[in-house]
Parts: sequence; structure tokens; C-alpha cells
Amino acid sequence: MSRPEHPIVRLRGVSKVYGATRALSDVDFACFGGEIHAVLGENGAGKSTLMKLVAGVIQPTSGDIEVDSVAMRLKGPADAMARGLVCMFQELSLVPDLSVRENLMLGAVGTGLGRLNTGVVRRAQDILAQIDGGAIGMKTRVADLSLAEQQQVEIAKALTRDPKLLILDEATSALNASVVEKVFQLIRAERDRGVGVLFISHRFHEIESLADRISIFRNGTHVDTFDNGACSYGQIISKMVGQRIDDLFPPKPAPDPHAQEVLRLDGFGWADTLKDVSIVLRKGQITGLGGLDGQGQGSVLQGLFGLLRGTEGRCLVGGTPVAINHPKHAKNPKLGIALVPEDRKTEGLILDQSIAQNLELAALGTDGINASDPAIYRPFLDALELKCDSLDQPVSQLSGGNQQKVALTKWLALGPRCMLLADPTRGIDVKTKTQIYALLRRLAESGVAILLVSTDYEELIHLCDETHVFYQGRIVRHLTGEDVTAEAIIAASLNIPASAQTAQSTHA
Amino acid sequence: MRNLLKANQREAIAILVLAVLLTLYLTTHPTGANTYVVTIWANQCLILALAAIAQFFAVIVRGIDLSVGAVMALTNCVASYLVIGSGLDMAFGIAAVLAVGVACGLFNGALVVFGRIQPIVATLATASLFTGLALLLRPTPGGRIDYDLADAFTLDVLGIPTALIIAAAVIGLFWVPLRRTGLGLGLYAVGSSEQAAFQSGMPVPVIRLASFAMGGLFAGLAGLYFSFVTTTGDAGIGPNYTLNSIAAVVLGGVALRGGVGTLTGAMAGAFILKTIGSLMFFSGLPPLAQPFIEGLILAGAIAIGGAGVLRVKNRLEVFGK
Amino acid sequence: MNTIRQNLPRIDALFPYVGTVLLILGGSYFFPQILGIEYLAQQLQIAAFLGVLALGATIVILLGHIDLSVPWVLGGAAIISTSLAGSGDPAFIVAAIPMALLFGALVGVINGVGVAILRIPSMVWTLAVNSMLLGVAVLNTGGFNPKGEASVTMTWLATGNLAGFPVAFLVWMTVTGIMALILKRSAFGRYLSAIGYNEKATFLSGVSTPSVIFAAFAIAGLCSALGGIMLAGYANQAYQSMGDPFLLPTIAAVVIGGTSILGGRGSLIGTVGGVLFITLLTSILSVMQISDAWRNIIFGVIIISMLLLQTLRRKGN
Repeated sequence: MSRPEHPIVRLRGVSKVYGATRALSDVDFACFGGEIHAVLGENGAGKSTLMKLVAGVIQPTSGDIEVDSVAMRLKGPADAMARGLVCMFQELSLVPDLSVRENLMLGAVGTGLGRLNTGVVRRAQDILAQIDGGAIGMKTRVADLSLAEQQQVEIAKALTRDPKLLILDEATSALNASVVEKVFQLIRAERDRGVGVLFISHRFHEIESLADRISIFRNGTHVDTFDNGACSYGQIISKMVGQRIDDLFPPKPAPDPHAQEVLRLDGFGWADTLKDVSIVLRKGQITGLGGLDGQGQGSVLQGLFGLLRGTEGRCLVGGTPVAINHPKHAKNPKLGIALVPEDRKTEGLILDQSIAQNLELAALGTDGINASDPAIYRPFLDALELKCDSLDQPVSQLSGGNQQKVALTKWLALGPRCMLLADPTRGIDVKTKTQIYALLRRLAESGVAILLVSTDYEELIHLCDETHVFYQGRIVRHLTGEDVTAEAIIAASLNIPASAQTAQSTHA
Repeated sequence: MRNLLKANQREAIAILVLAVLLTLYLTTHPTGANTYVVTIWANQCLILALAAIAQFFAVIVRGIDLSVGAVMALTNCVASYLVIGSGLDMAFGIAAVLAVGVACGLFNGALVVFGRIQPIVATLATASLFTGLALLLRPTPGGRIDYDLADAFTLDVLGIPTALIIAAAVIGLFWVPLRRTGLGLGLYAVGSSEQAAFQSGMPVPVIRLASFAMGGLFAGLAGLYFSFVTTTGDAGIGPNYTLNSIAAVVLGGVALRGGVGTLTGAMAGAFILKTIGSLMFFSGLPPLAQPFIEGLILAGAIAIGGAGVLRVKNRLEVFGK
Repeated sequence: MNTIRQNLPRIDALFPYVGTVLLILGGSYFFPQILGIEYLAQQLQIAAFLGVLALGATIVILLGHIDLSVPWVLGGAAIISTSLAGSGDPAFIVAAIPMALLFGALVGVINGVGVAILRIPSMVWTLAVNSMLLGVAVLNTGGFNPKGEASVTMTWLATGNLAGFPVAFLVWMTVTGIMALILKRSAFGRYLSAIGYNEKATFLSGVSTPSVIFAAFAIAGLCSALGGIMLAGYANQAYQSMGDPFLLPTIAAVVIGGTSILGGRGSLIGTVGGVLFITLLTSILSVMQISDAWRNIIFGVIIISMLLLQTLRRKGN
């Protein structure tokens, strides 16, 4: 492929330091027009920092950024956008209280603080129509859209800004496979028009199918850049991790269908979201809940943790019927239920407080536990290899993976009988994942029942002993043993009858 | 139409409530509905409505302004010196009064934007400062506003109270056009999600400053209009208006967390609050019970607005975003 | 290390103390009598009224809320205590203080219900509660200063002397000590700042957040009522709007003491410093016999400077 002589953006010796942490050190990096450039790396490798630098959100501590071969300081996103560097952020840049229409006009090219440009709305609607978003109402408040719809709007908004370089940071994480493919077609079309694309994703198959070039980052340094296809999957992984990881998942023990029952849900229902859900959790087992995003899996966890009002059906803990109506009730040692919520930044942790303060919060006021005793947290922190300067460090300074370790330990210290986990490895690097998987398996072996919601079917296949697949609030399939395959999970997620499975799985 | 109503639900309710209250007021008024009664009512309402708009501009960008009343007092005192004399003198005087308002707003804004002080705390301090300046000008109430000019703004035009015309002009000539600009949209964006506004390329500090400046302008207008109504300067008018302006924006459907609500709603809230007060005056209730009933209505209205959370089926929803 | 958490002293809390010392030194240059024991003891007595109120305000502000019902909880408690004390019935006289405190706690719980259950912004709800209390007071007293007088105990609390210290100051310090102990040693104290930072995450940690909010507002109500009792003891009567001048200085004292108005971060020690600073500033400005206007201006400018200093320090870090 012929490449333009000059890159759109070039970083020379760029470093970015936050307090004591070096997010990027001495990075040289370039991206060219007419090329889709994927950036790979574990969490904390510096990918998002790189994107933010190029998008003008932050400024480098040292080093130069060149746009069209001219060194300059990008003063802010507006400045970057004016130079054609448009970013679609992982934390969306949509204003929740404004309508879709208003969001599209906000900061549109040539608007500033003056008269609004309504032309972009028409263009965005055309783009939305191409990526299955034609049904999104322009007058709808963004807060009322699903995450997937918000991502579609965000993509449309970015494309109406006439990018020369389009930066996509986990832009498609909530979209399903068919929409992702349509987005990719759009991105390829942009590339063919000469637009440069910087693409971050954790989904390998997406990068394989989309990228022209791949750059690997590790620990804030630029490790390597090569053409897509030049390195094997295994080579890429080892470049990312810096070491070989032989087995992501711990070995599964033989299933014991007669293990002691810890928790049973019978005909559990809630509002329009959950209908007739029956699940049995047994000692030593990891039970998975699969399906597309938002099919009711999360509500099962919330219901078990006492967050939902007006639930139907029966819930038995250790054979005794119980009504769980408050998290305080759920965490009581009599029930011993713990929930690690999906959003660790706003639900699982208090970012401004120290690690120690976060650890204590669940244990405080629980009978028979001394919350201020470090010994109750130590074994779990050691097993997960938490990296921190001291326990008095604010949680906000930790990487995503280390934050999740704190969120887990806070509950493990209570010695729960039943752990509820909502997508605990979402957006977390490979190494932390293996540590979490190993710990979960060991917990299960020690007798804890684990209920795990996951959107990653690898986890359902290799970590879980059995899996319930949800579709529109019901369990549509219960898979155990050899039946748990990627094809079966995907087919069940889309509620496709078994006969149509093979045809569908080739697309997925 | 249904969409429009749904999108502006809070304002629609506020305006409906206002219509009912006004009808009630005019039918219970001892002298019945006549221009004079309506004019007096409209003048009182407009003072608070302008103060509520000043508060609106602080609240919409996720702030609160405790200096609204103090700026009113200061501009009122300035007006009591300058809005008198020849036509040119008065024009200059009015411009000076409004400039003082804007300057106060900008000062607040600068403390918030550059000094990184929380708005509520910054304006708590500046309120003291502005009140002091007002007292410096008028240690005791006094001074005079040109009567003819005051009459022109506080009587009626062909039977329609001038105050209502001014209110309509504020909406039609200021708010509606503002809403069609990036600045108007930016106010909401900054209040709803500063991060998203910044990443969308909006100049957040400029928008915040502009919002406080507009707040100052309207506090100045409120002070000026107060001067027209009372034709004198008084440094002690502040505290009441500050708290009432907050109550008014809340009644008018402006969310204190920022990013939600309209200027029209804030005005409607002010009109409602004042009308309740006036209604009480002629309602035959024992005068001593009036403060209590007023408080009760305010608390009741707010509590009903809040009662929706009792029906929430997922306990996490009550925590908002 | 026997606990997992270190309690590091906060530099923010030292600011007002430094400011207070500077005020005393600077003021004494012009007015040597400021360094006198008598003057300083009197300041401690006067500071106690604001101090007790500010303790309650600190609790609520740590929680991320604000209590604007202080003026009429204070006024209501003063009216209740003086009416009971002035009734002449010995049983009523004994009940004066407990009833006033009970009233404060009750209003606090009402505040808490609006905030925790109905989820109304505290700024609005407590404002509405304040205006209802005002209404009840006006209804009962006819808008005149209520009859009644302070009991002997109330007068002693406000103006007495014990071991050379004003009793009011000792009351203030005792309440501070008890509350500091509660904040440090109890789960309640931890929950308070956790809610101030992130209520949702605290709730999801299995904490009954509404109870914490009730308790915090009840404590604030108790503090306001205690302030009202002491002020009534000081003036030997209750009077209309006696609480109004205290609301904003209370908030200013808390904020100058380094407590974040957004909740979570702050300390009682800082608040005590803030109260001393504000009281002394007010007092010196009145000793200087300058006009009301300049007092307001200087007060505003100094508060702004203190806040800007806080910002500068945080930037420096």
C-alpha cells in the first residue's frame, strides 16, 4: 500500500507524567492518512493517554507533537478539531441532558458560540441510517438512549466533524456484531477517501478484520509497529504482555451436580425486565449468565443484592426462603451475599478515598469482622498482586485493573457465601484477568458459590461450570459441560433456534 | 405537539399552575380584575422574575448564586444616584447600572473559573462585599429615581402592564435567540456534563464566565426595575431576594444539579411565588398564618415533585447519574 | 501497623489558625487591648455560639449537603426554651433545655426525610423547612418578641465562668470533643465522608445511607438548637430573626476550615479554627469602629482571600 510521505500526526519523544506515574515515556509515533492504524496494549499501557494527547485533551509533559509536519501545542479539543483531529472518546462526549439533535450541533464545525448549524443534523442522520441507527429520535434526550445507541450517535457526531484523522477509542464496545460490521464499512470508506484512522479496541477479531497497521504499547512505551498480518496472534500477545501467558484460564475441576445448594431462585421476575428466572447456585461452582448486553442478566444480580423493589418468585438461601430488600441485609453474614458492581468507578469504589478506606467500607459494622484489621484483606491483595505505593494512596491513582482488585478484595474480606460479579474483567488487561480468574476458581474450590455476568463468551466457556443465556428477560438456554460452545452461546444470545445455528455462527 | 409538551413538561406544569393561581387571585381580589390591580401584581412579579433569571444563569451551569440580592441592592443604590436628570444623563445612568451588574457577575465568574472556588462559597463572600459597597453608597435608604421614567416602566401600555411587555420581550428578544446559538447550547452542556462539553470542543471557561455575566446583567436589571417601582435606593433589600430567587427557579422546573430547565420556567416560578403571596394577602386568611402557608406550599410543591422517587423500582435509580 | 489507615493531619485545617494568630498580632498593633486576657476570653465566649452551630454544619457539609434551616431551628429552640423557662412552673423550667433539643433533633429528622427519602436537594428542602418554621413562629408569637426568659441554667451556659474559662467555650469544646470522637471512632464517621464523596457506592457497600443522613441532619438540628438555647441564655430572651445573622457566617467558618462544600473532605478541627477566625475578624472590625459598609467589604474580601489561598495551596501540590 502506498503511504503519503508525511504523517498527519507525529509524536517525537513525547512523555506524559501524572504525579508519580509515567503514563507515557519517550514515545515516537506517527499515523498517516488513508490508513487504519490499530493501537494495542493492556490497560495502563498508555493507549488512552496517547489518544488524549492527539485529541488535545491533555498536553505532553515533554516532547513534540507535529501536525502536518509542524510542531505545535494543541490547546484543547477545539484546537485539535479545527486541525481535523477528531476523537470519539471511550467516556462518551455526549451531554446527557441535551437531545440527540442538540448534541450533534454542539461544537459542530464553524459554530463556536455563535449561530447553530442545523446542517450537521441531516448529515448525521444519513450516517446513522447506515449503521442501523436510523430509528434514533433526534429529539430524544441522550440520557434516555441505550449505551449502544449513544455510541452510534457518537460515531455520527465524530464523522460530521470532517476529520482528517479519526480517533476511535473503544468506539464499538457496546455494539453488536452486525452493527460493528456496518461501522467498519463506514470507517473503511473514510480511509479510502484518505482519512487516517486511529483505532483502539480490546476485541482482537475486530482489529484483525479492520486494521492496516498495528502498534503495540506496553507500560507507556511504544513497543513495535507492523503491518496487519505480519505477526501471529501469539506474537502479538507476547509483545503486549512482555511475557508469555500459557493459560489464561485455570483448569476446571470435574463438575459435581449434587454439590450442596447455596442459593436458589424459583420463578424470579421483576417488572418487565425479568420473567420466570430459575437458577441454582451450588457450592464450588461458577455459574455464568450470558447474552447480549441488557437482557436482564444484570437485574438478576441487583435483585439478589436487594436493589429491586417488587420482585416476584422465590429466593432460597441455604434452603430457607428469604426476602432480600437491602444491600445491608444481603451482606449480613446470615446470607453472605456480595456484589461487585459493573461500574467500578461510580458504583464499586469511592475514587477520591484511599485504598484502605475503600477496603473498609463493606466490612465496617459487620458482626464478627474487624474492618480496620489489615490481616483480613492481605491474603486477597497478595493473591491478586495489588500494585500500589501504600494503602493510603487514593484509588483514583490506580490503573483500572488494580482498581478492580480493590473492589473485589473489599467484598472477599467479608468471607461471602455467594459472590455476584457483574462483568468483572470488562476493560481489564490480560494479566489482571488471569489473576482474577485464578482467584475466582480458588474461591469456588473453597466453597463459595459464584454468579458471574459476562459479555465475553470466552469466560463463559472456559471459566464457568455452567451458563444461563438470557434473551429479553428470560433464560433461553441452560448450557453445561461440552454444550458450552461459542456457537451455542451466540445462537442463544440472538434467540435463534438450534437448527439455524451453523448458518448464523459464520457471520458472528 | 405532544413531543414538545413532553420535552417541556416542567415548564408546562409551571405555566398551568400560574394561570390557575392568577385567575384565583383576580377573582378573589376585592376590587376585581382591573388594569391597576394587574399592573401592581405584574410589577412585583417582574422584580422577582428578573432576580430568578439571574439565579437561573448560575444554576444552569451547575452553580448557585448567593449574591443575587446583594447585586440588586448595589445596582439599586447606584440607580438612586444616576437615573435622574436629563434624558442623556438617565441613559448613561441606566447603562452604568447595568454595567455594574455585569461587572459583579464577571467578578463572581472569575472567582469560580480562575479562582476555582465553588460558586456557592464564592458568592457567599461576594454578597458581603457587594452589600458593603451598597451600604457605602446608601448607609440609609434615600435618593430618587426620575418619576416620569419610573412611571413609563411601571404603568401600562394600552391596558397591558409594561412589566408583562418587558417579560415577553426578555423571552422573545433575548432567550429565544440565545437558545439558537452555541453559547445557549453550551450553557446546558457545561451544566449537564462539563467533561462532555469540553471534549466536544466547547470553551468551558468562557461559557461559565458568560453565564455569570448574564446573571449579573439580570441581577442589575432586577435592581433597576426595583428602583423604578420604589423610586428610591435601599441597601437592605438583598437577602430576601436571594432566597426567593432560588425558590423561584426550583418551582419553575430548573434542576439545581444544572443542565435542566429554561429561563421561561424560572420566570414562571417567580410569578407563581409572588402570586401565592399576593393571593394570601387578599384570601381572608389570618395575616399571621401567611408565612406558614407560604412555606407549606413551597415545601408541598417541592415534596410532590420529589415523591416520584418513592415509586422507583430499582433502588439505584434514586442516586441519579 | 495495627490499623490499615493512617490519619494524616490536614494542612487545610491549619490555615484559619494561622489567620487567627495574624489577626491577633496585626490587631494588637493598633489596639493593644486585644492581647488582654479579658478581651480574648470574651472572644472565646462569643465564638462558642457560632462554634456550636458550625459543628452541626460541618457534619451536614461533609455529607455533601447543606442545612439552611439553621436560623429558625435556632430561633424555635430559643422560643421554646424561654417560654418554658419563663412559665414559672418548676417542671417546665427543668424541661426547657431538653424540649428545645428535642425540637432541634426532630426538625433535623424532617430535613433528613426530605433529603434521603424524597431526594429533594437539601438546599431547597431545608430552605422550605426554614420558612415553615418561621411561619409557625410568627403564628405563635404574633410577630412580636415572644414572652419568656432564660432559665438559670441557660444563663449559666451562656455567660457563666468555670475554672477561669467561659462556660460557653467549655460547652463548645465538649461538644467538639464528643463529635470528633464519633467521627473518628465510629462507622458513622466513615460513612459520612464516604456518602459525601459517592453516595451510590456507599449504598452498594451495604450501608443504610438514609439512616446516616437522618442522623447527620438530626445532629445538625441538635447543634442549632443548642446554639439557640445558649443565645437565648445570653440575651435572656428569644427574639424574632435572632438566627438570621448566623447562617452565612456558619457556612463561611466551615469552608474556611478546609471542609469542601461538595462533601467528603474536611475536619472539625478546621471548623473550630474557622469559627475563631471569623469571630475575631468580626470583633476586630467592630473594635475599629468603622462603618457597617466597610465591615461588610473587608469581611468579604478577607473570606475571598482565604479561599483563594486554599486554591493556591492545592495547585502547589
